[in-house]
Amino acid sequence: MTAGVPLLQLQGIRKHFGAVEALKGVDFTLRAGLVTALVGDNGAGKSTLIKCIAGIHPIDSGSVVWEGQLVTIAGPSDGAALGIEVVYQDLALCDNLDVVQNMFLGRELRTGVRRLDEETMEARTRETLASLSVTTISSVRQQVASLSGGQRQSVAVARAVMWNSRLVILDEPTAALGVAQTKQVLTLVRKLADQGISVVLISHNLSDVFAVADRIAVLRLGRMVADVDPDDVTSNEVVQLITAGHAGFGDELEAPLRGRHG
Amino acid sequence: MSRALSPGAEALSSPRGEPPVDRPAEWSVRAQLTGYLARLRGGEVGSMPVVVGLVALSLFFQSQNSNFLTAGNLTNLLVQGSGVAMIAMGVVFVLLIGELDLSVGSMAGVGGAVLARTVTGPHPHAWWIAIVLALLTGAAMGLVQGVLVTAVNLPSFVVTLAGLLAFNGIVLEAVNNTARASIRNSSQLVYIGNGLLSPATGWLLAVAITIGYAALQVLRRMRRLRLGLKPGPGLLVVWRVAVVAVVAVAVVLVTNADRGPLAPIRGLPFVVALVLLAMVVLSYIASRTAFGRHVYAVGGHAEAARRAGIKVQSVRVGVFMLSGVMATLGGIVLTTRLQSVTSTEGSGQILLYAIAAAVVGGTSLFGGHGRVVNAVLGGLVVAAIDNGMGLLELSAGSKSIYTGIVLIAAVTIDSLSRRGRVSSGRG
Repeated sequence: MTAGVPLLQLQGIRKHFGAVEALKGVDFTLRAGLVTALVGDNGAGKSTLIKCIAGIHPIDSGSVVWEGQLVTIAGPSDGAALGIEVVYQDLALCDNLDVVQNMFLGRELRTGVRRLDEETMEARTRETLASLSVTTISSVRQQVASLSGGQRQSVAVARAVMWNSRLVILDEPTAALGVAQTKQVLTLVRKLADQGISVVLISHNLSDVFAVADRIAVLRLGRMVADVDPDDVTSNEVVQLITAGHAGFGDELEAPLRGRHG
Repeated sequence: MSRALSPGAEALSSPRGEPPVDRPAEWSVRAQLTGYLARLRGGEVGSMPVVVGLVALSLFFQSQNSNFLTAGNLTNLLVQGSGVAMIAMGVVFVLLIGELDLSVGSMAGVGGAVLARTVTGPHPHAWWIAIVLALLTGAAMGLVQGVLVTAVNLPSFVVTLAGLLAFNGIVLEAVNNTARASIRNSSQLVYIGNGLLSPATGWLLAVAITIGYAALQVLRRMRRLRLGLKPGPGLLVVWRVAVVAVVAVAVVLVTNADRGPLAPIRGLPFVVALVLLAMVVLSYIASRTAFGRHVYAVGGHAEAARRAGIKVQSVRVGVFMLSGVMATLGGIVLTTRLQSVTSTEGSGQILLYAIAAAVVGGTSLFGGHGRVVNAVLGGLVVAAIDNGMGLLELSAGSKSIYTGIVLIAAVTIDSLSRRGRVSSGRG
């Protein structure tokens, strides 16, 4: 484990939707500079958990500790104020606007007479893309409609990190991508962590998870059943954690946090 | 697709911090042309079809009647198109957010009625009070419709259809007492629709527009260079400034030529200058302000705009208010030209012509694509058809039929380019 105060520490997070208990007391710890993969079957509570972190869903009970301070994230603006950015699966980019316009959408820079400061926005977009080593976008003045899936993902991620973000949550960033573009996005994910940002990667693709994650957190039926180092487990064991909640064959008591060979 | 991208994926392994490399070819004129074609396929129809259409129409009408391309008729055409162009500029904004405003014609009528009622009657007010009142009324009508569309969540088609009926009724009530409300007692208002700038003022305006445009282009280049951005090809700037200069000089040459059958008549009509001013102001709002940017965002992907923190509902209401203001401004232009308001003002073809002008000019009916200048070009096309058919002594019926055909052609271009977008997964 990395030393120092964790960036975000969740304890006993519960969340009900009517009679359905989506999160049944989740503990989750995130550290700066690490990529934490959040895996789990459909309905395990992954989306609910990240929406609670981002402030989209208020939590029912449990504690949220941000850099050692107890905080309440009551709405998306609270999350954004702490530096939490979520890149959703559908990216939320405007196809009819160009890369720069999308990067600054809703947060446009202006000069004196309410005029948009296009030049500064363009320069900062190029700086941000350069700092993330995104070299595949040849012109930042092309419409997003003309970009490939990987390039669009890069724009969405770059937009999330441009505002001094501390924690970036990526929801299935590689789900719709081909091999080359997946590699491109995973390199970008690694780059974010190397810059000291804490990254949460939600993915169904375990080869992506093993390629880039520093920790693997497994959510099952609203409970965190494991938080392991990818070097200590095999892909098969992670699949068992996701489906059965333990990694052993039969011996259920031993299972959850066991290393690779006992 | 993935084949083309694999070199990019390799480029990711380049050393950290290396800036994105612009391929030099990106700024060549040929690359600009390729870029234009790509935008065309991406659903950005642009001004090219409407300009080509305008030239084709002009050549056709000229071949049928040699009076079409005379100074007198061309000036006439500019004036005829100005009211519709003014209204259509507001319609462009409504179409940009993917809505429809069917009440613009009726709001123009209300604008005219407010104007006439304010400067006539037992206690006539000053001309400028009348104009301010008319524009405020337009904003208020737009506000009501905008709130009904956003807050109550009614379809804009129905809300503005109801507005069409109601506002027509208001005009009827307001003008009925006098049957025909005249504004002739206000020379300033009569000047708006009928005044001519002196030939010298026309030239001054043309020079000022050209120099102003060139200065803006040069300033932008200098700013880009200072921030270390690629300035773009100088040839393109020269080309743009040349186009503006040629158009400005041509308009002034035509309108300054003597067109009087008996006594000399010359000079740029004031309304044409007014339309140009409105075009510049609205283009600035559309492309250089946060509001304009948000209008495009709402039309492109409303949910993305909402998540980006844009107040989508305020943008929508603002657009309907802008549409109301531009419609009443168009009503002021139409009313001051005829110097009076009838009780059926704005209930005729004005609405259809205004929406046709915006769409013929290249504004997408599906939201997110279009420019203010499209409305003016489209207004010229609509006026040219009306005017040319008149010269050919065709009936009002056939004028309508041909305008309809041109509208269908424009919407077909829009729809085909949209289909291209959807099939490439960029709907």
